[in-house]
Amino acid sequence: MVRIYIDQKPYDVKPGKNLLETCLTLGLDLPYFCWHPAMGSVGACRQCAVKVFKDENDKAGRLVMACMEGVRDNMYLSVNDTVAHDFRSQNIEWLMSNHPHDCAVCDEGGSCHLQDMTVMTGHAYRRFRFPKRTYQNQYLGPFLHHEMNRCIQCYRCVRFYKDYAGGKDLDVFAAHNHVYFGREKDGVLENEFSGNLAEVCPTGVFTDKTLREHYTRKWDMTMAPSVCQHCSLGCNIIAGERYGALRQITNRFNGAVNGYFICDRGRYGYEFVNDPDRVRQPVIHAEKEGRNLFESLSGILTEGKLIGIGSPRASLEANFALRRLVGEENFYQGIPENEAELLRKILAIQHSGHVHTPSLKETEYADVTLVLGEDPTNSAPRLALALRQAVRTKPLEDIAGSNIPLWNDAAIREMIQDEKGELFMAYPVNTKLDEIASGALHAAPEDIARFGFAIAHFIDGHAPVPEGMEPQTLESARRVADLLEKAERPLIVSGTTLFNGDIIQAAYQIGQALEKGERKAALCFVLPECNSAGLALMQAPSLAMAMKAAETGKFATAVVLENDLYRRAERSEVDRFFSTFENCIVLDHLENDTARRATVLIPTATFAEGEGTLVNNEERAQRFFQVFMPKNEHIRESWRWLDEFRQFRDGSRPDELRELDNLLEELVSAMPQFKGAEMAAPLSDFRINGQRIPREPHRFSGRTAMLANVAVSEPKPPEDTDSPLSFTMEGYRGLPPAPLTPFYWSPGWNSGQSMHKYQSEAGGSLRGGDPGVRLSGDGVHFSNGLQGTIPSAFKRQDNEMALVPLPHIFGSDELSVRSSSVEGRSPRAYIALSSLDAERLHAAEGSILQMRIGGQVFDLPVTLKNELPEGLAGLPYNLPSMSGITWPAKGVLTNTAL
Amino acid sequence: MNEILKYTLMIVIILFTLTTIAAWLIWLERRMLALWQDRYGPNRAGPFGLFIVVADTIKLFFKEDWIPPFAEKAVFVFAPAIVAAAVLLSFVVVPFAPDILVADLDIGLLFFLAMSSLGVYSIVLGGWASNNKYSLLGALRGASQMISYEVFMGLSLMGVVMLSGSFRLTDIVMAQKDFWFVVTQPVAFVLFLTAGIAETHRLPFDIPEAESELVAGFHSEYSGMKFGMFFIGEYLGIILISAMVVTIFFGGWLGPVLPPVVWFTLKTFVFIIFFILLRASLPRPRYDQLMEYGWKIILPIALLNLLVTGGFTLLKN
Amino acid sequence: MISLLRSIGLIFLHMFRKRETIQYPEEKVVLHPRWRGRIVLTRDPDGGERCVGCYLCAAACPVDCISLQATEDEHGRRYPAFFRINFSRCIFCGYCEEACPTYAIQLTPDFEMGEYNRQNLVYEKEDLLIDSQGKYPGYNYYKVAGLSAGVKGKGEGANEEPPVDIRSLIP
Repeated sequence: MVRIYIDQKPYDVKPGKNLLETCLTLGLDLPYFCWHPAMGSVGACRQCAVKVFKDENDKAGRLVMACMEGVRDNMYLSVNDTVAHDFRSQNIEWLMSNHPHDCAVCDEGGSCHLQDMTVMTGHAYRRFRFPKRTYQNQYLGPFLHHEMNRCIQCYRCVRFYKDYAGGKDLDVFAAHNHVYFGREKDGVLENEFSGNLAEVCPTGVFTDKTLREHYTRKWDMTMAPSVCQHCSLGCNIIAGERYGALRQITNRFNGAVNGYFICDRGRYGYEFVNDPDRVRQPVIHAEKEGRNLFESLSGILTEGKLIGIGSPRASLEANFALRRLVGEENFYQGIPENEAELLRKILAIQHSGHVHTPSLKETEYADVTLVLGEDPTNSAPRLALALRQAVRTKPLEDIAGSNIPLWNDAAIREMIQDEKGELFMAYPVNTKLDEIASGALHAAPEDIARFGFAIAHFIDGHAPVPEGMEPQTLESARRVADLLEKAERPLIVSGTTLFNGDIIQAAYQIGQALEKGERKAALCFVLPECNSAGLALMQAPSLAMAMKAAETGKFATAVVLENDLYRRAERSEVDRFFSTFENCIVLDHLENDTARRATVLIPTATFAEGEGTLVNNEERAQRFFQVFMPKNEHIRESWRWLDEFRQFRDGSRPDELRELDNLLEELVSAMPQFKGAEMAAPLSDFRINGQRIPREPHRFSGRTAMLANVAVSEPKPPEDTDSPLSFTMEGYRGLPPAPLTPFYWSPGWNSGQSMHKYQSEAGGSLRGGDPGVRLSGDGVHFSNGLQGTIPSAFKRQDNEMALVPLPHIFGSDELSVRSSSVEGRSPRAYIALSSLDAERLHAAEGSILQMRIGGQVFDLPVTLKNELPEGLAGLPYNLPSMSGITWPAKGVLTNTAL
Repeated sequence: MNEILKYTLMIVIILFTLTTIAAWLIWLERRMLALWQDRYGPNRAGPFGLFIVVADTIKLFFKEDWIPPFAEKAVFVFAPAIVAAAVLLSFVVVPFAPDILVADLDIGLLFFLAMSSLGVYSIVLGGWASNNKYSLLGALRGASQMISYEVFMGLSLMGVVMLSGSFRLTDIVMAQKDFWFVVTQPVAFVLFLTAGIAETHRLPFDIPEAESELVAGFHSEYSGMKFGMFFIGEYLGIILISAMVVTIFFGGWLGPVLPPVVWFTLKTFVFIIFFILLRASLPRPRYDQLMEYGWKIILPIALLNLLVTGGFTLLKN
Repeated sequence: MISLLRSIGLIFLHMFRKRETIQYPEEKVVLHPRWRGRIVLTRDPDGGERCVGCYLCAAACPVDCISLQATEDEHGRRYPAFFRINFSRCIFCGYCEEACPTYAIQLTPDFEMGEYNRQNLVYEKEDLLIDSQGKYPGYNYYKVAGLSAGVKGKGEGANEEPPVDIRSLIP
C-alpha cells in the first residue's frame, strides 16, 4: 500500500497501478476513453488529465494523463483542479467538434460512454462553427452496424479487434484528422469476437445490428443476469427484454469466467427465443377426442411406467425434476453412449486429484499451452480468446525487470515485439489458433492421442511409449514435453469435440506426468453443451441404454426433456425407440423432429423466461435468472411442469416444493456431488433493506402505456416467486450482490463502462466475489477408471473413409443457429477432404460427392483441406441439415457423377 | 279529536317545510358563495340550477352505504339521526306565527337550550364510533366547544328573560311590541349570535370538522345518506338559530302589513344569508383561540351584561 | 374585530362585481398557442414523419404514459412502428415536448378530449400524427443529423464537409 493525496485527501492505494485505475477504484469520477481495463493504457484520447504536484507545497503542478502515470508513494494530485477540469472539458469539445447531431437515432444513446463523459466534463454548448467531417460507412455483416461519422479516434476498436482478439480485417486507414476505422472494403467482419466492438467502442460507431431490428434503449429493457447457453464455458451475460421479446445480450463481467468479452455466438444466438416456431401452447396428439390437457396427462402419467430422457441443454433443476418424476432407475441422459463415456472419463479425471481444473481466467495466464484434439475457436470460442491472451501475456514475464509498468500497453507491446508464449495445436485440420501457435500437428484423432502419449512418455519415463511413430512427430512431442516440463503454469486443453477417449486419456497422462507434489498441471476440457457437466454428474445411463431398456417394452410412456433425440442418434433408431411407447410427452421450447413425435407436447421456457442452474466445463454452478414473464401462462420452466406432473400423479401436496430453492435443496441432499449448487445465487427470500433487486432501470418508461392498447387499466406487475429480483423498476437501487446484477449502471455512468463501480478494484473481481460456485463432486465414484491403452495408429481404409466432426462456431449449436444473424454466418453442409482423397474420387473443390453413413445418405460439396491425412474426411458437426450421425463415424464416399 | 288532527297536520307541514328548506339551503349557500366569489355557482340543473339539490340527493342515495369494518356499527348508524332529531325537536317551541306553533311551552326557551345542546351527542358518538383518530379529535373538539359556548348562550338570553319576565317564547315576542330586544340587549344579541354559530359548527367555528387539519373531523368515515343526515342537521341548525335570533331579538312574527308568517320567514332568511356571508368571509380560528375567546372574553361579558340588565330592571321597578 | 367586520363588508360588496366565470361550452375559451393540451406528432417540411423513435419523450414522461417502438425503412430512416399515448394517465406537463430532439411531439391548445369510455383515451399513432409542422416550421432533423437516411447523403448537410477519401494521405 502506498499513500497518495488526491485533492488534499489521503488515500492508501495499491502500488503498480496507474492513476486512472486508482481513481476509478477509489470511486472518483474521472473521464476517459482509450483506456480499457483489459487492454491497458495507450494515452491516445487525452481525456483523463489530472494535475500532479511535485510535493505538498507545489501550487502550480503539471497536467498529466492519469492513465499514463503510475502511483508513487507520497504523491500529490488533483482531479478537481480547475486547469485539469478545463483541459478535460476542452478536450471533449474538440472531440465533439466533428461528432454528428445523431444521438436521437443512435443506438448507443442512453448507454453511451461519450454522452456520459461529455456530461461529466460539463461541455454543453457547441462553439465550433465550421463544417463537420464525414465518412462513408461500410457493410460489416449481420452482426454490426457501422456509422463512422461518430468516431472519436480512441483506437479502442482496432486495439481490441487486432491486438486482443487477433482479427485481421479491421484496421485504421487514412491519416491526420481523418483516420478511418473499418475494413479494406465492405464485407463481413470475420473475427468471432467482433460483437464486442459494440461494447468496446465508447460511442456509436459500432452498434449491435440485431438490436437495431427491434431497437430499445438500455433504460427501457427489463434485464436479468443470465448465463450463455451456447457452449460449455458458461459465460455470464445480461439479457434484456421489451414488449415480450428478447432484445439484446450484453456481456456480464465475471472475473473468473468471461471477463469483459463474450463471443458472437453468445451475443447474437439469442433470437431463437423470439422464434415464430416456438412451442407456445400444449399440443395433444391423442386419439381420444375432447380430452383436455389435464385429462390426457392424468391418463398418460398414471398408466404404466415412465422413462425419462434428460438433456444437456436443460438446467440442473429440470433434469432433477424429471429424475424425481420417473424415478432414479428410469432416468437416462439424452446423449449418445460414446459422449456419455467421454464425459464420465473427463469427470473422473477432474476428480482424480492429479490435475488442476482451471477457470477460464486462469487459462489466460498459462505459459505453455497444449491443445490436444480441440478447436476452441469453434467449440468453445471464449476459450480461444483466453488462449490468445495466454500467448500474448507470456512474454511480459521477461520484461518484468524493466521499469515499464505492464499497464502501459503500447510501450510493452513495442518492447516484446513479436515474442509469443508457447502454444501447440494438435487437430486434424487448420484452426484459427494455428497462426499464433508455435507448432501444430494435423493428424487423425488416433494419432493425436498417440502424440499425447508420446509427450507423457517424454515427461515421465515410466509412461508407456507409443510404437511406430514417425521420428519427426516424436521430435515435436519431445519438444512440447520439454516445454511443458519447464513451464510454471502448463495448460492442456482437450475435450469431447473429436469424440475420442484416447485423446482425453492422453491429456490425462500428460497431466499426471507433470504432477509434482502440490503443483499440478491445469487440464481444461471442452464439453459439448452448456449443462453437459451437470447432467453427467447425475451419473445416469445414456440414450443408448434407454433404447435398450425400452426394447423390453416395460415402459408405456417416454418423457423427453428439452432434447431433440434426432440429433443424438440415427433417425431409424430414434423412430424405433419412439415406437416402443404408447405415449410420449415432450417438453421443449422449439418445434423440432422430436417434438413432432410427441403425444403431448408441453411448451417450456427458454433461458430468458425461466430460472435454472447450469454447470460449466470447470464444474462451476451458475444461476441464470428469468428475464421476463412469458405472455402465455403455458410457457413455464421445465422443472415447474415436471414437478407439477409429479404432484399431479402422486396427488397434490401443496406443502411440498413450490420454488426453485426447495428443488435445489432436494437435489443436493439426493446427490451430494452438487453441493454448492444451491449457493450459486442468493435464495429467493433474499432482500436488501426488505427490497427486491429491480430488473428495470429507474428510467424505465411506458409502464402505463405499453399494455394500454389491450386494456387501459394497468395489470398488476408479475411477481417473482423464485428469485430476489422483481419485474418492476421498484426495489433496492444500490449495489446488488454479484450473482444478482441485472445491469450495470451508476450515477453519471449509463454505459457498460460503469462496470468498474461493481468491481472491488478497476478491472478486478466483482465486489463480494465472482459469481458461481465450483462443485466439490463429493461422493461421486466413477467406476470406469483412468486407465487407457495407447491406440494403434490411424490407417486409411480402402472401402470407407474415417470421419471427424468439425464444429463451427456459427452452425453447430442447436439453439443459436435458429437466430437469423447466426444462421447467416453458418456454413452450408460440406465434406472436407485432402486433395489426394479427392483426386482418387475424381473430385475437385465444390464437386458433389455422396456420403453414406450407416443408413443415412448425404450429398455434399467438397472442400479441400490438404492438411487432412489421407483416408480421413471432415464433416461439419451438427449442422441442422446433418445431425443424427453417431460419432466417431465411418462412411462410404462415392462420386455419383461418375 | 279535531285538536289532535290539527296538531298532527301542523307537525307534518312544519316538518316537511323545514326539511325542504334545509335541502334548498344547499343550493342557496352555493349560489350565495359563488355570488360573493364572483362566480355563478350551480346554474345548470333546472331553473337557476335549483335541481342541483335533487341531483345531490340522488347522488347521496346511490352512494355505497359503507360502514367501516373497524367502526362500532350500532352507534355509527345511530349517531347521524340524533343531530337531525334534536334540532327538529327544538322547532317544537318556535313560534312561526301566533297560530303556527306546535307547543307553546312556558319553559320554551329552556326547552330550546336543552334540545339544541343534545345535538352534540351526535358528534361525540359519531366521532367515537368511527374509531378513527381524526374523527375522535373532531368529536372531542365538538364536545368542548359545545360546553364552552352553551354556558354563555344561556347566560346571554337571561337578560331577555328578565326583561320579558317569561321563558315562554310567545311572551318574549309579544314583549317586543314596542321595540325589539336587539335595541335593549345589543350585547346579548351579539353573544347569542356568536354562540349560535358555534352551536351549529358553522364557519368560522367549524372546529370539529376543520378539513384542513382533521380530514373531515367527526364525519370523516361517513358517506352516503348517513353523511347526508349530518348535512341536513347542519342546515336545520342554521334555520333554527336564525329563527331563534328573530324570535328573541327581532320581534318574531311582528311586523306591519304583511302576514306574520311572512315577516318571520323574511327575517329568518336575512340571518341565514348572514350565516353564509360569514362563511364566505371569515377564516377559521385556531382551536385554542376559540376556547380562550369563549371562556376569557365572552363569558365575562355575558355575566356583565346580565348584571347590568338586572341592575336596570331593579332600578326601573 | 374591525378587520373582521371590514372583510365581511368587502365580501358582501363583491355581490355587485362582474362574474369571472366563462360560460363554457356556450362561450369558448381563447387559449394561448403554447397551451399544453392534446399531444400531436408533426411532420417535417417534406411531409415525412418527424418522430425518429428516440424514446426520449417516453423516458421524460413522469407518468410513463408514452410507449413506442422504433423501426426503420429501407433507407435507414427511423420512425415509430407504433406510438401510443395513454391520455387517461397524461398530466399534460409538456416534458415530452421539451425532451423531443426533432420537434416531433408537440402539445396543442386543445383540451376537449372527454370520453365516456376510458379505453378511448388511448391514442395510437394514427390518432396522433397530423399533417402539419406545428409550432416549429422549417425544421427537418435528418438535414442536420450526420447519418444518411434517404433525406441527404453523407456530407451533403449544410454544415458538413464531403466524405473523407480514406485512400488519401493529403491533409
